[in-house]
Amino acid sequence: MSPPQALSKTSEVAIVSEFDRHFASEVNRRSHTDLNRCYQCRTCGNGCPFVEAMDYPPYGVIRLVQYGMRQKALECATIWICVSCHTCSSQCPNAIDIAAIMDTLRSLALEERAAVATPDILAFHLEVLRSIERYGRTHKLGIMLRHKLLTGQWFKDVDVGLKMLAKRKLDLMPSRIKAIKEINRLFLPYWRV
Amino acid sequence: MNSPERLEFSYFPGCSVATTAAESNHSLMQACRILGLHLQELEDWNCCGSSSAYSVDPELGFNLSTRNLSLAPPDRPLLVMCPRCLHHLRHAHLDMQQDPRLRRAQERRWGRPISPDLEIMHFLEALVRFGLDRLQKGSVRGLNGLKFVPYYGCTLYRPPALHRQKYYQAEMENILTALGAKPVRGAFNNRCCGSFLSAVRPEAVTPLVNEIIGSAVSAGADCLVTSCAMCQLNLEVRCTAANKLPIFHFSEILALALGAQDYEGWFTRHLVDPRPLLEDRGLLGLPPPLPTVP
Repeated sequence: MSPPQALSKTSEVAIVSEFDRHFASEVNRRSHTDLNRCYQCRTCGNGCPFVEAMDYPPYGVIRLVQYGMRQKALECATIWICVSCHTCSSQCPNAIDIAAIMDTLRSLALEERAAVATPDILAFHLEVLRSIERYGRTHKLGIMLRHKLLTGQWFKDVDVGLKMLAKRKLDLMPSRIKAIKEINRLFLPYWRV
Repeated sequence: MNSPERLEFSYFPGCSVATTAAESNHSLMQACRILGLHLQELEDWNCCGSSSAYSVDPELGFNLSTRNLSLAPPDRPLLVMCPRCLHHLRHAHLDMQQDPRLRRAQERRWGRPISPDLEIMHFLEALVRFGLDRLQKGSVRGLNGLKFVPYYGCTLYRPPALHRQKYYQAEMENILTALGAKPVRGAFNNRCCGSFLSAVRPEAVTPLVNEIIGSAVSAGADCLVTSCAMCQLNLEVRCTAANKLPIFHFSEILALALGAQDYEGWFTRHLVDPRPLLEDRGLLGLPPPLPTVP
């Protein structure tokens, strides 16, 4: 496997004085782990099931954070591709909770309105949240239909959707909770609660 | 707490088990009825936050989980079927155990007490802890050497935030071996199934699922048995390999061995029909009469 493209861009100039010196400690503090223990053994990248769909392998993202390359770390696709399966963390010789680092970077990216490298994945998550806000539970058919509407990819995966419908795996009506007000409150801004 | 005859649990099914994987829910109910484990569904439970809330807004995920915990009666264990829900509920509970301020804030939010001593366990754990002798009594049908790959997926296998807590390994093998099935080694038991990427990036998930199924085929398995409803779905819908294997929910195989009869309704919901395999192994129809002990 050739190295991921992002790492082979040797022509790119990095200006050290623009690095964020406090980025690593900020990420450590929020993710309750210590990424300074990483010595780039690359085990995480070898184990990760989704490394090929990522732009930086997990150790590459950790390196960006160690160097303080804030924008690059927050705008990479890797943090959105990661599903927190913890394969990397269970293989890491230094027991770094890599998925927690990805969680933290994702939160920071949203807080700072960084460019999202995989808008389709974010749109999916927001659709799931919308379903939870409305019903208190997830309604899979509704989520998938709205996701298709928003991304315009009506015909992607139609066969699978139809098979699931035929097997009655997609309920037409959402299952709702009774005390939906309790859930709605979680989605309100704090000054309206 | 519990009388030896009837064991009481609160039960949190989770969105997937309640809807897409209803067959897992039904078979679990059957198995529990036969084993004398009484499950009381958590009144008005909500989504645990799933991957999405935790991806976008971990605080929202935490709040969604704590509402469920505030609904759980403290005097009985909370049984959870979905590994991801279990992970989120346990994680939230652990955080509140370690920081009582956090717990009190959540108690104020929901206006209900949250017990720091609430026990939260996966169905497999409940079965190992309370059900082994019942299993022996309830088993009416040997599984005739059905060769299975125990597929745990990623979440039951040691998430780092809970690394000082219990984790699950070999429970499915032990239980199903006792019921007469044969575990097959050498397949990917803990490989991630793709989770939500299966919905948004199927092209990244399909090769992975094919690898998992392929590893089971080359290990000589008849089927995979999984403890996670989402894994079961992803392994079924994303497999494009020519040689597909049936994927069972653990509760289905268990209920079958315990003599449940309404399996038609479960198996027709599978995308890979498991009935030919079960027929072949003589596992459908009425269980054979038990040998009488003189």
